[in-house]
Amino acid sequence: MVEKLDQIFVLLQHWLVGYLPAGLQPLGGVVLGVVTIVLLFPALFALTTVFERKGLARIQNRLGPNRVGPFGLLQPIADGIKSLTKEDIVPLSADAAVHFLAPVVLVVTVFMGFAVIPMGRNMVLVDIDAGLLFYFAMGASAELSVFMAGWSSRNKYSLMGAMRAVAQMISYEVVLLLSSVTVVMMTGSLSLTKIIEAQNHYSWGLPHWFIFTPWGLAGFVMYAIAATAETNRSPFDLPEGESELVAGYHTEYSGFKFALFFLGEYLAMFSISGLGTTLFLGGWSAPLASLQWVPSWIWFFSKLMMSIFVFIWMRGTLPRLRQDQLMNFAWKFILPMCMLNLMVAALWHFMGGSWLRWVLCSAILIVAYAGMGFGGLRKKQIGPRRYRYAE
Amino acid sequence: MSIVFYILATLTIAGALAAVLLKNTVHCALALTVAFAGLAMLFLELDAQFAGLAQILVYIGAVAILVVFAILLTKGSETPKDGVFSRTWLAGLAIAAAVFAVLGWAVIQTANLLPNSAPTPTVTVQQIGQALVGRYVLPLEIVAVLLTAAMIGAVIIAMHEKDGAPK
Repeated sequence: MVEKLDQIFVLLQHWLVGYLPAGLQPLGGVVLGVVTIVLLFPALFALTTVFERKGLARIQNRLGPNRVGPFGLLQPIADGIKSLTKEDIVPLSADAAVHFLAPVVLVVTVFMGFAVIPMGRNMVLVDIDAGLLFYFAMGASAELSVFMAGWSSRNKYSLMGAMRAVAQMISYEVVLLLSSVTVVMMTGSLSLTKIIEAQNHYSWGLPHWFIFTPWGLAGFVMYAIAATAETNRSPFDLPEGESELVAGYHTEYSGFKFALFFLGEYLAMFSISGLGTTLFLGGWSAPLASLQWVPSWIWFFSKLMMSIFVFIWMRGTLPRLRQDQLMNFAWKFILPMCMLNLMVAALWHFMGGSWLRWVLCSAILIVAYAGMGFGGLRKKQIGPRRYRYAE
Repeated sequence: MSIVFYILATLTIAGALAAVLLKNTVHCALALTVAFAGLAMLFLELDAQFAGLAQILVYIGAVAILVVFAILLTKGSETPKDGVFSRTWLAGLAIAAAVFAVLGWAVIQTANLLPNSAPTPTVTVQQIGQALVGRYVLPLEIVAVLLTAAMIGAVIIAMHEKDGAPK
């Protein structure tokens, strides 16, 4: 029974595909998986928008949406109808073809990323050897769509937003890749299912997730920061900082194209959280050995929603960074820490199973963090900022 | 040759042609991206996962972005209405055709030398990694030094301009 519940979606897929003629069965299985992903995540997106607006309202001492349906739960339907019926305005001077293609490219590449993320035991659409590489390749392609949107709008705010977005995404992509490489070094595989398998065992009832090791914790924190920057979420939302750039690269988009950008941003958040869960939080494995009877997909999606909650919490709490702070932080602090973390991971691997490696690896990371942090702070003059105005 | 190959080949060639023939430089860069993507998919179709995905990651994720950055940051990104075609396009065409002919000839000659029945080797990412830091470590390091030198050079050029700027 427990086994059946765990595999319920896999069994359902097999049962549905069984009705097709034998020749079409592999294709049918893939189509079914794709349709499920394409339906499930936008539904989750609709739910998350309410969750986010309610959560932000709570942080800011407001009520949030409460008119449509019970507790405002039907708000996304109203929003959807609104954006579908709104006029789609394309500026006269805009580059119509590129302007049209940008949101399409964004949503397509973001959806592709979900293909390799295991959402439960045996629940992965395509289980390829280089799954992690595939994910990053798709993430890199999404950057171009942001540039296309900003450039084709022929609007200086759009273009500046796009330039900021691309500079930010390129800088933090390095961090994202390097912090994930530690996991690859440990498991010796780029396949996401193998990475989960490596974390899915327990000692004394506690899981062997990578976040519970010194290098894993450091890697996870850096991954989380890079993921926030990569999805343009607050406090890294400079590309669409509304007080500076109207709405950044999607200023000139309206109607459903704007909705696609909105969707793409949230889907990127889901997929990058899903990847972080897979890499550091054990994917679909249970947090305690005694809880393994709970279906694996429940664990995956609860971890996913937990990370989304943290994203919303951060958005409600932290102020936006300045451009120079953003770049300095990426290149002068996180990147050296990432390099160090690679060394620490290698040290951890070669020190075998002794308890000494816990002490040594933690000590190296803490000393480096504190040294770089305090050293960097000492040079800075903290106090009221002086502004120089042009005369 | 499967039908997938023909579709991808058409896509790649169309992208490459558009990159050469379009008038707007940013359009050219975007068309070049299409060609890169087609090439990556050709690699994937040949079961070379690492090469294909690395092609997307490096060429679309980094090179294409740098190209459009360079176009936007340099003056004259607005192309003149009569296009950017050089007057010596005929000579260019002849040289390109000659290079293509030599490469094509070399490829065709090698195909005859190799036995047709050789089994397709299965190369994993792990093997590629071991080859890179084992047998081919020297070329890898040379490339690394070259890239570092290029980066330092770029920084020096950028800093020089800043010093000379009027205050």
